[in-house]
Amino acid sequence: MSRQRSLTVAFVAALVAVAIGIVLSYVIKWFPVQASTQAKNTDAFYHVLVICSIPIFVLVVTVILYSVWQFRMRPGQELMDGPPIHGNTRLEVFWTAIPSVLLLSLVGYSFVVLHKNEQKPAKEIEVAVYGQQFAWSYEYPPSITHGAPLKSTQLYVPEGESVRFDIHSRDVIHAFWIPAFRIQEDAVPGITTHWRATPDRIGDYPVVCNLLCGLGHSLMRSQIHVVSEERFHAWIASQTSSAGSSAGGALTSTAGSQ
Amino acid sequence: MAARLKAPGFYRAGIFMVLGLALATFLTWIVRMSTGHGTFHHYIDGEAILTVSLLSVPLGFLFGFGGFDYWFYWAAGKPTRPEDHSGHGAYSWKDYFRINTDHKVIGIQYTVNSFIFLLIGGLIAMLMRAQLASPGSHFVDANTYNGLFSVHASLLIFLFIIPVFAGLGNFVIPLMIGAPDMAFPRLNALSFWLLPVAGIMMLASFLAPGGAFADGWTAYAPLSDSAPVGQTFFSIAVQFAGASSIMTALNFLVTIITMRAPGMSFFRMPLLVWANFATSLLVVIATPFIAASQFFVLLDRGLHFNFFNAGKGGDVLMYQHVFWFYSHPAVYIMMLPGFGIISEVIAVKSRKPIFGYRMMAFSLLAIVGLGFTVWAHHMFTSGMANWIRIPMAITTAIIAVPTGIKIFSWLATLWRGVLHLDTSMLFALGFLTTFTLGGISGVMLAMIPFDIHVSATYFVVAHIHYVLFGGSLMTIFAGVYYWFPKMTGRMYDERLGKWHFWTTFVFFNLTFAPMHILGLEGMPRRVSTYASEFSGLNLFISLASFALGASTLVFIYNIVTSWRGGPVAASNPWRGMTLEWQVSSPPPVFNFDRVPTVVGGPYEYGVPGAVHGIFAPAPAPATAGGALRAPSP
Repeated sequence: MSRQRSLTVAFVAALVAVAIGIVLSYVIKWFPVQASTQAKNTDAFYHVLVICSIPIFVLVVTVILYSVWQFRMRPGQELMDGPPIHGNTRLEVFWTAIPSVLLLSLVGYSFVVLHKNEQKPAKEIEVAVYGQQFAWSYEYPPSITHGAPLKSTQLYVPEGESVRFDIHSRDVIHAFWIPAFRIQEDAVPGITTHWRATPDRIGDYPVVCNLLCGLGHSLMRSQIHVVSEERFHAWIASQTSSAGSSAGGALTSTAGSQ
Repeated sequence: MAARLKAPGFYRAGIFMVLGLALATFLTWIVRMSTGHGTFHHYIDGEAILTVSLLSVPLGFLFGFGGFDYWFYWAAGKPTRPEDHSGHGAYSWKDYFRINTDHKVIGIQYTVNSFIFLLIGGLIAMLMRAQLASPGSHFVDANTYNGLFSVHASLLIFLFIIPVFAGLGNFVIPLMIGAPDMAFPRLNALSFWLLPVAGIMMLASFLAPGGAFADGWTAYAPLSDSAPVGQTFFSIAVQFAGASSIMTALNFLVTIITMRAPGMSFFRMPLLVWANFATSLLVVIATPFIAASQFFVLLDRGLHFNFFNAGKGGDVLMYQHVFWFYSHPAVYIMMLPGFGIISEVIAVKSRKPIFGYRMMAFSLLAIVGLGFTVWAHHMFTSGMANWIRIPMAITTAIIAVPTGIKIFSWLATLWRGVLHLDTSMLFALGFLTTFTLGGISGVMLAMIPFDIHVSATYFVVAHIHYVLFGGSLMTIFAGVYYWFPKMTGRMYDERLGKWHFWTTFVFFNLTFAPMHILGLEGMPRRVSTYASEFSGLNLFISLASFALGASTLVFIYNIVTSWRGGPVAASNPWRGMTLEWQVSSPPPVFNFDRVPTVVGGPYEYGVPGAVHGIFAPAPAPATAGGALRAPSP
């Protein structure tokens, strides 16, 4: 096969591989269900990253496989050397500049997504989160309860409203992570950390401690209940009336925490 | 017997270890008594004695073993032993078990010691995968599991990857630059013997009350402040391993700067030498930071300094900044020497000069510089000030550029070469594919919104294994096969080598690729049990990992049998141009019978009549010619 012909074969094979890769990137279920507006932004951004990565990986693998196919030592070539090519300045400038531009564009795009995800909305509710070995607890401020602050081991949030979590730790570092929202931040002793999300899908989703916090770390999992606005206020009312004493799972049958 | 007890060696080391323990007991007793710690019962405190003896017993071992003899004789004004080169060379296996100042012996000590810890670390990984094969399994309890992954990572980072590169470098670098040995042979010997100390200490932590250190190799405070005494084993073992790294790095720097053969300018150095030069710069600048982070924890634990006690004004995040200021450059410490190995292997086995030699060298230096500006990308979700994320994300994306330059240059080196696809070349090509994947997932992790989801998940576990196993370990295997004939004087079995490559490559990908998905789906790292939805992939990963572990047996069998009875190796089986291939296999005790003169680049394959080094005296100027020329027969 002539060099021209084999290069064409390699080029076509690479294009096919890129196409297959892109199709697969749509077929594969990468993430858990999306339950916040932030999750949609992050997933879309991840997809861009994957689609940019596929051609780069295919390029590297194609060059390796092509070299193995065309340039491997054949019988009789045991003592032969290749041509003494020391470099090519134009090519080197090219493969310095193009990746730089690509990487800076991606990181720029990531800042846009980050800004969108972290933007403070006109209206939001605040929930305090407390991590301690090995459970989460929460506190709803008077602005929500219209009375005394409500302490609870359960996490209910209304659908469609931005929530800001103010995260505290009572002992060591934990990480407050809701995979369905695609967001986490550490709970750090001595400081308060924050993140916000706008839940947009009713359901129960895992809350996971994502930073090694000791013996019970693996089991430091619970749930967040995203409910409708009315049910949220009904839950708050039921909790404040019972003074937050019992776990207060009466409203929902799925309220098993941990 | 008395002479034996006085001479450096294991007997005297035993005595000094007992003395170390006595010293620790005495010191804690006197300190506790003088600070008024109540009754006699409190003067003798097991944990305090243990903590101090973790420092004093290993130091006693090193004194007794002879690591400091020369300097003590000198300091005491006694006659130092005349340098009769008795410390050079190894004539039986026993010579590997004493202070030996020959860089080739030390190189083998380093490499073999590191591989022993690779096997132990790998076995620990098998235990972890056995636990994770199904959710809620009770193969080990949570505390043991946390100890397993902490010791796994610590051993493989501090006792395998970092020292095995130092070992290969120790053997090869003086040969490559035409030097008879390293600049500081006694320091070299001492730096090796610190390693078994550190490794045994980490393993011994399993015997400590409360179990092994169980806070991960990152040992985040304040969890590590309040952990059982096993944590102290980690804090102190890291000091020994770190001191060893720093000593070796200084040794490499001085050796490379001052001991190059005549004619070997910096830009005639093989890229492996460049890579170790760059790595050593990273080591000497960064390693003191992890030493500091662990001293902080030690002082918090032992003496209640409250560096990381938020209730007493401590700053929890400072630990992470100091820790990652070492531990990010450390990933380059664990990668750059591998880049050097790959450059050697690809140039020689493609029979072509390295494409863009100068850019290859400059990109190493660029990584050294940039490597110090990215540490906080490990902390995007740590609660540090938000703005810090922005510059760190930019530098993290940019550091992929010099790495990309290297990958593209290797690909261009393959182009139109004559590829010898033997075992070391297969590992080099395997490295290029798996490391590219690790690099891509690394760039993804630089993207803050994405990192906020996957930080500390199995996606990160997949990434680090693609970089450290698919990256570093592949290069280590390539290097071991490549220099095996030079180090042992024997050839390995090529067929078994290829089997080793293919089993490793296939099962590596089957083990670690699915972990990306687990992380995206929401599985945290460092858990001994997990939600049942992850059980299918975890079982698959566990099975693949056992096969991956078994593939190592092929390697061990090949290396052991070939070392004992493989065919005798020629001095230059790969027809390499660099200097180590111009001497016998294994090399003579002082490397070169005649000092080589370097007259050209190290990779001039395909250039008619090109040579890198010559051993005859350089053609003398006409005026002095008569005097220098050997008498004609």
